[in-house]
Order: sequence, then structure tokens, then C-alpha cells
Amino acid sequence: MKSKIIKVDYLARVEGEGRFFVKIKNDAVADVKFSIFEPPRFFEAFLRDRRFTEAPDITARICGICPIAYQMSSVHAMEMACGVKVDGPLRQLRRLIYCGEWIESHALHVYMLHAPDFLGYEDAIQMAKDYPDLVKQGLKLKKIGNDLVILLGGREIHPISVRVGGFYRVPTKKELRTMVEPLKWALEAALETVKVTATLTFPDLERDYEFVSLSHPDEYPFNEGRVVSSKGIDIEVSEFLNHFEEIHVEHSTSLQGKVIERDDYLAGPMARYSNNFEKLTPKAKKAAKESGLGKVCNNPFKSIIVRAVEMVFACEEALRIIKQYEMPEKPYIEVPPREGIGHGCSEAPRGLLYHRYKIDDGGNILEARIIPPTSQNQKAIEKDLCAFVEKNLHLSDEKLTWHCEQAIRNYDPCISCSCHFLKLKIDRS
Amino acid sequence: MARIKKPKIAVWKFASCDGCQLSLLECEEELLAISEAVIIAYFPEATRAIMKGPYDISLVEGSITTPHDAERIHKIRRISKTLITIGACATAGGIQAIRNFKDVKQFIAAVYAHPEYIETLNKSTPIADHVFVDFELRGCPISKFQLVEVINAYLNGRKPNIPNYSVCMECKRKGNVCVMVATGQPCLGPVTQAGCGAICPSYDRGCYSCFGPKETPNTASLAQWFEKLNLSRKDIVRAFRGFNAFAEPFRKESETYEK
Repeated sequence: MKSKIIKVDYLARVEGEGRFFVKIKNDAVADVKFSIFEPPRFFEAFLRDRRFTEAPDITARICGICPIAYQMSSVHAMEMACGVKVDGPLRQLRRLIYCGEWIESHALHVYMLHAPDFLGYEDAIQMAKDYPDLVKQGLKLKKIGNDLVILLGGREIHPISVRVGGFYRVPTKKELRTMVEPLKWALEAALETVKVTATLTFPDLERDYEFVSLSHPDEYPFNEGRVVSSKGIDIEVSEFLNHFEEIHVEHSTSLQGKVIERDDYLAGPMARYSNNFEKLTPKAKKAAKESGLGKVCNNPFKSIIVRAVEMVFACEEALRIIKQYEMPEKPYIEVPPREGIGHGCSEAPRGLLYHRYKIDDGGNILEARIIPPTSQNQKAIEKDLCAFVEKNLHLSDEKLTWHCEQAIRNYDPCISCSCHFLKLKIDRS
Repeated sequence: MARIKKPKIAVWKFASCDGCQLSLLECEEELLAISEAVIIAYFPEATRAIMKGPYDISLVEGSITTPHDAERIHKIRRISKTLITIGACATAGGIQAIRNFKDVKQFIAAVYAHPEYIETLNKSTPIADHVFVDFELRGCPISKFQLVEVINAYLNGRKPNIPNYSVCMECKRKGNVCVMVATGQPCLGPVTQAGCGAICPSYDRGCYSCFGPKETPNTASLAQWFEKLNLSRKDIVRAFRGFNAFAEPFRKESETYEK
């Protein structure tokens, strides 16, 4: 009989505070718990009685890495509640700021949080001693993504220009043109990143995921589209809660996302890629093919290549938008409040982010519901751990722990956004 | 020549969005230079390597919201030569301090199906309410340039050059037209500490005070101006009750208008 416990009490190189625990009994996985001990912050509670216009500023504070995603899901939800549609250059600028967020967040994840796992370093700074050019390339890519967010949003963390109806201020054509050369460099660097990530050694693991993401008829999705899954879901954003729920599982007090009629699902780059491969640009498709990825990716460790491919797409999309940009007459359209319910889904770098608000005719928020990507992926993370450990029981404890951490970091889990997770107590017997 | 011992820096997190500690990683151009000058001894967001304390500088992000965290901060203080709080959560309780004006039990019931599992304090409080703090760096998020300045100052044994005047000064220096005077938008700039570079007025909106109150702010006067701009009493409460709601001058002003 062989029993052991693999655990990490404070997971490093993720955003926020989490731990995991794997129990092996008689050479089989007896229990797996991925848990979050982020203190509750009650955003959904104190959003009540705030103005509908405050939602993008307040919800940005849920997460320091992907504030744009929170701003975008909230403005779309508010506009739906008020019956307003934002189109034309303002809609394009929203895609553009999202490009910036994907570039900076994916570069941070690929180079600083995840690559050290594959190359055997504790962190990117140690990695920089042996791979200085690679780390510098990653930092520069990240900076270009951030510069785009700063130009449109005012600053990289918690940008200030996004508002319901558009922006407080929009850039001139001349200002946007300053990003062309850096983005051209970034595109080449992103293509290089795809090549480099494709040479890494990937643990062998394939899972039959239900991929959930947005899907838009003409575009690789950021802000708009239907919510689709690889197992048959195809719904309006407003129907989200009819098909997805957050539940308490028996062994855990934390909320976990689930498809109501089935089980766990996967949101994030791999889901977007696998559901929307055809919408990528030719360059991104070609890079993906040359890296050995198929049109569907089922190995969670390969999400690092998928992120690199998405960076290629985001650079190209940004360049396209800048080229076609005509400055709108006004930076926003008026959104007079009315009584109603609005839903917003957008594609945060790490996956689908759902917001729902109920507001009154004066624009006061009556109810708020926010389902972040990490909550949706929590169950999938546990299942990945389980599948990985079952296949690799022969590994030493040290190696198993390392790969388990790596498997969690595949998700770039942004645990701070678990502002409404419950505290989990673990039995360490 | 004796080798100079590199100072050890630790980064700690309490209730927060991680944005302020992320500011360190946002120093893309300076990051590798910083990592040459100091030992990053504890920084879970960036590294799985952990070096034992004591630490020369502890950067603390986030507010105290749970009984466990209220104990943890004392341990951190004991192993830190210098303790610097970074951001609005750590210096004023953060956005989550909005609970401090309500009954937190109602908040728990509003968000969680099983309130009995939630362990939380009634209030979200700044670090300085619990332990001695050497320096408080403002902002939601902090400015990465100010962060580098503060670390630099402590490593060199000097006082950080961080202004405590208002955002208005930065606005004037940038040549911005005053959004309140010219367009009638409410702006918290006159009572807010500088440091962000007056971004909001530069983007044609009023300041919402993510840096919190400046030294000796005249909140009462500003609130009267807000009344002249036809803001309701409720709107004035909301204006002062943002990311630094529990900072004393803002808390008091909001309570005045709540009555």
C-alpha cells in the first residue's frame, strides 16, 4: 500500500492566494482539492446602490492584471440594460484596448509566470541569467501591450478612460500612429514566441474538455458574440445563467463553475482557440500550424503556445484597427439610464467573464452578479490535477509537486478575482 | 574591500486585487536592474523561491479583513526592518472598506449561499491600524515611479520624495483646463494627494480620488461646491466613499452628508 500527500500551501506565480492538496492512497488518487483562501471582498454586495456609471471603475478593482475585462463586461451589461448599442470607431477602440490587455497579460504569463516551469527555474529573474534575451523580449512585449492600454486608458492598472457609452477621451489618429512601429516589432516577437514555446517539453495529458467561449460570426471574439461550447451550447449572453451555475461540491466550500446539464468546462485561450480557430488571421493560423498545434488543442500544458498565437492575433488586430481608425466626433454616446437588466460577457485573457446587473430608472444598481474565469475553471483545474497525477504516480514527490503547480499555472489563475470565493478548510490528517 | 550585503525585500498580500504588487512587475525596463540591486526574498506572485526573514524592506499590499490576517501582519512586522504599505487597500482599507458603513452580515448574505462558512471581520482596516508602518504609499493603484523612489530612498537611508499636495498642482503644471470650473464636472482633485499625474482631468473627467486625501484637505468646502453643481446628498456621499472611503477626512465628510 502506497499512500502520500502532495500539497503546496501557497501557490506561487499566480495572482492571488491559493493552495492545493492531492491525496494518494493505494496507488490511486483519493482526493484532489484546489482551494482559494483569498479574503472575501464583497464586490457584488457593495455595488448595490452605486451609480451604473461607476461599475467600470469599481469592478476594475477586482483584478490588477485584467482590469479591462472587468470594465468591458460591465459597460456592455449596462448598455444592454439601457438599450444602447455602441458601434463604429468606439467599438473598434474597445477591441483595441482589449488587444493591449491580451498582449500584456499573455506576455506576463508566458514569460514570467509559466515559462520558468518548463525550463526548470523558480522565477523569470533566475531564468534571465541563462536566457537574458528571451526575458528581455518578454518584458518588451509586455510593455508594448501596456503602452497601448495606457494610451487608450490613461494607465496600465485600473485605467480611467473607459466609460458606459465609450471613452472619456479618445486618441487622435496621430497618437495611435505612435503605436504602429512598436506593434510591428511586437508582432515579430510574438511570432518568435510561438516558435520558442513550441520547442518546450510538454507533459503528456489530453482531456476531453467542454470548451466554452464567445463566438462572433466575423471576428475572433473579445467583447461580443454568442456563448458557445464544443458540446453543443449556443446561446445569447443573456441566457448564461440558464446553462451555467456556480455550485458547492461536497468536498469543497468554494464555488465552482459547472454546465448545468453536464459537468466541468474550460474557458480561456484554449477554449477560444479551439472554438474560433477559423477566425484567426492567416499569420496566426500559419504560426499555430507550424508550431504543431491542431485546430483544437486538448493538452492544457500547450496553452502556453495558444497564448503566444493569441498574441500574434492581438498584434495584427491592433495594427488593423489603427490603420482604419477615424476619430469619432464625440468620445462616447449618451446612455440615459432606464429600469432593466443587462448582461455582459467578454473574453478576459484567462477566459469568459460574465456580469449581470439590475438597475432602476435612476441608474442605481439594484443587483450585481459577477462570475470570473477562475471560478468557472476551478473544477477543470481539479480534474486536470487528478488526471495528471493518475498518469504520473511513478514520479518523485518533488517532480509531482512541480508539475501539479505547473498544471494549475496552465490556467493563469487569477485568484484575486475570486472576490466571492469561500474559505476552504483542509483536513490534513 | 568588504562585500556590501544586498538588502532583502519581501512582498506581502492581504485583501486586494494584486495590482499594487503587480506594479513591481510593470517596471519592465527597470525590473532586471532592480533584481540586481536587491534580493527579492519573498514575492509569491513572481517566484516560488522563498528566503527566510528577517527582511530589510517589507512591502505590504491589501487591507486587514479576517482574524487570521490580523494576526499575520504582526508576524510580518516582527521580521521586517522597514515596513512600507503600498496602495489604497493597505493605507486606507481600500474599496472593500465600503462594508465599514454597513452591517457586514448583510453583505455576506447578499453574496454567499452559506454565510456560516465565511470568516470575516466587521471592518476592512488599513495596516497602520494594526502595526507601526514606516511609510505609506498612496494610490489605487500606486504609481510605479513612486514605488521605485520609495524603495530607492529607504535603501539609501533618505526620506522619500513623495509630494503631499493636491492633484490640482499636477493639473496646473500640465496646463489642463479645470474640468470643474470649465465643464461643471465634480472633481475630487482639490482634496486628493498628487502622484497619479492628474490622469483623469487629462482625459476630460473629474478625479475620483484613487490616491486618497492630501495633507489637510478641505473636504467641507469641496462638498459645498458639489452642492452648487446640483449633486444630491447621496451623490456626495458616494463621491467621498470610493477607493479611500475609510480615510478619515473622507469618512467624516461622507457621514456628514449621510445624516
